[in-house]
Amino acid sequence: MPRLRRMSLLNVENLKMHFPVRGGILMRALKTCKAVDGVSISVSEGETLGLVGESGCGKTTLGKAIVRLYQPTDGKLQFEGQDITRVSQRALRPIRRDIQMIFQDPAESLNPRLTVRDILEEPFLIQKQGTTAERRQWVGELLDKVGLASTAADRFPFEFSGGQRQRIGIARAIALKPKLIVCDEPVSALDVSVQSQVLNLMLDLQREMGLSYLFIAHGLSVVKHMSDRVAVMYLGKIVELAPSEELYHNPRHAYTKALLDAIPVPDPSKRRPRRLLSGDVPSPIDPPKGCAFGHRMKHPKWEQSVGMDLKLEEISPGHWVQKCPCCVD
Amino acid sequence: MSAAENILEVKDLVTVFDTDAGRVTAVDGVRFEVKRGKTLGLVGESGCGKSVTAFSINRLLPQPHGKIAGGSISFEGRNLAGLSVEELRQFRGREISMIFQEPMTALNPVQTVGKQLAEAILLHQKCSSREILQRSVELLTKVRIPSPEVRLQEYPHQLSGGMRQRVMIAMALVHKPKLLIADEPTTALDVTVQAQILDLINSLQTEMGMSVLLITHDLGVIAETCDEVVVMYAGRVVERAPVAEIFSSPRHAYTQGLLQSIPKIESVPKSRLKAIPGSVPAIETLLPGCRFAERSGRPHLPEHLNQRPPFIEISPQHWVEQCPVCVA
Repeated sequence: MPRLRRMSLLNVENLKMHFPVRGGILMRALKTCKAVDGVSISVSEGETLGLVGESGCGKTTLGKAIVRLYQPTDGKLQFEGQDITRVSQRALRPIRRDIQMIFQDPAESLNPRLTVRDILEEPFLIQKQGTTAERRQWVGELLDKVGLASTAADRFPFEFSGGQRQRIGIARAIALKPKLIVCDEPVSALDVSVQSQVLNLMLDLQREMGLSYLFIAHGLSVVKHMSDRVAVMYLGKIVELAPSEELYHNPRHAYTKALLDAIPVPDPSKRRPRRLLSGDVPSPIDPPKGCAFGHRMKHPKWEQSVGMDLKLEEISPGHWVQKCPCCVD
Repeated sequence: MSAAENILEVKDLVTVFDTDAGRVTAVDGVRFEVKRGKTLGLVGESGCGKSVTAFSINRLLPQPHGKIAGGSISFEGRNLAGLSVEELRQFRGREISMIFQEPMTALNPVQTVGKQLAEAILLHQKCSSREILQRSVELLTKVRIPSPEVRLQEYPHQLSGGMRQRVMIAMALVHKPKLLIADEPTTALDVTVQAQILDLINSLQTEMGMSVLLITHDLGVIAETCDEVVVMYAGRVVERAPVAEIFSSPRHAYTQGLLQSIPKIESVPKSRLKAIPGSVPAIETLLPGCRFAERSGRPHLPEHLNQRPPFIEISPQHWVEQCPVCVA
């Protein structure tokens, strides 16, 4: 069945986010930490793009650069066709209505001194929307939408459980009816039984409001469950990008295979010997030359990748992989 | 069935904490046994009492607030609750060792790995410094840390999360304990590193004939590593069975809900998950009867809420807290 080509909402082209590593007495920049090093992705309207990788791979930095909490070092960020890479913070304000963020730890991302009403009214106040009475009504509607009682409005974040707090975080993110929400590990801090409630809520809201998500997480099973397409990130670069089912059934990059292989399967009848991945993610400060994953695997063909221009190639419709001699057959 | 087969027997354990708001019961009549050379998984959500159970066994409850108010913990036939401080010191590390969730907070940040390992070795042994060095290198090699001589000179912050957890394991295994209690040993780690650490624990267990009590909230980890599973909810054991049985025929509504709520890698993307409504009840509001009643979505009668359901062996080796509503 031919799929309708949806309009691309967010376009990220060759985005780089480098940080100086300072040291010495004069605190000069001695080295560069290449947290995100040339990432190109796009998110269409109503789509969820999953972003998965180990800690330190740069997925959170990429998310923050997209909402412009960081000023990207290089590359291009386009939202609805408009270049927002270097737009000033003031000019960003109207755009921020359309791009929101949900954070991992709702206990830390909600101001403990504000009531839930204050927290949920803040987006409207910043955007100068509505009268006092209208805002009051909107807060009620938001709470209803995320499955909290209207009495929650006058309580403080600490009075809620983790799952309820994340609902408040979600309510704040959808307050201004955004088009895109960057979700950074939204359920990692939650218990299993509550995690599924929050995931269901996010799916419902997406259907109702036509939201797009950039869903960042380290758990491949959660990411696969939530996403239309999944991008696998390793050491600041995307190594594979494909529709969820395709990525799961037909992974091509050795890193994707290793990630899939490492997921503990909740079924004791499927216990199997694992091909264990050795070592850790290398530091983005002094990344190995050539293919970073081949280097970690000590692959015999790794040396061939040194000096190669490793780029994502489309090997079948919609399935992109970073081709290198060591990681892709 | 004898004590010889079980290395650890926990019977009707009750652990309480005295707080400003009064006494709360964190563990309320928990019973299970760890078999020699086997792995028992203790699974449950945060606040269900699984870590407090582990701390009770190793007598690491925060003092003076926490205490064991009832039941018994016997290790190879000896009652642990009766040990003096000095006896405990002899006991820990040799008989039972423990590893924790966050190795960064469990290791001393201002001492080198070598110094901390030496401390663990000298706890129960007199050694020359040459012997200590030799043993330390041996231990780090055993937990598969590359270039151990270099690592001994380093501080915890110089190691990655996985390496730190390996150092923790090395320290726990210095005196070849008979039982290793692992409290969420891989929760803070990436999946790839988690797989390495679980594999390591597994092979060391076989090599040393050790028993393991593995505490986790991750059913995937349970499925891959345990022989038997204890499911805890709100301070009590709701179900206990061999691992294959828990996953193939869970009997309690909570276990069933838990198993259904995890997104599985083979599930259809963007389909709705089966969720357990509500959240874990607060410890002060717990009822004497079935504690899962409120979230089960099944109507409970007052008698189910006010009377503690019996914990019975529903089929061989399969125990369940038999609330007539939650266990259909």
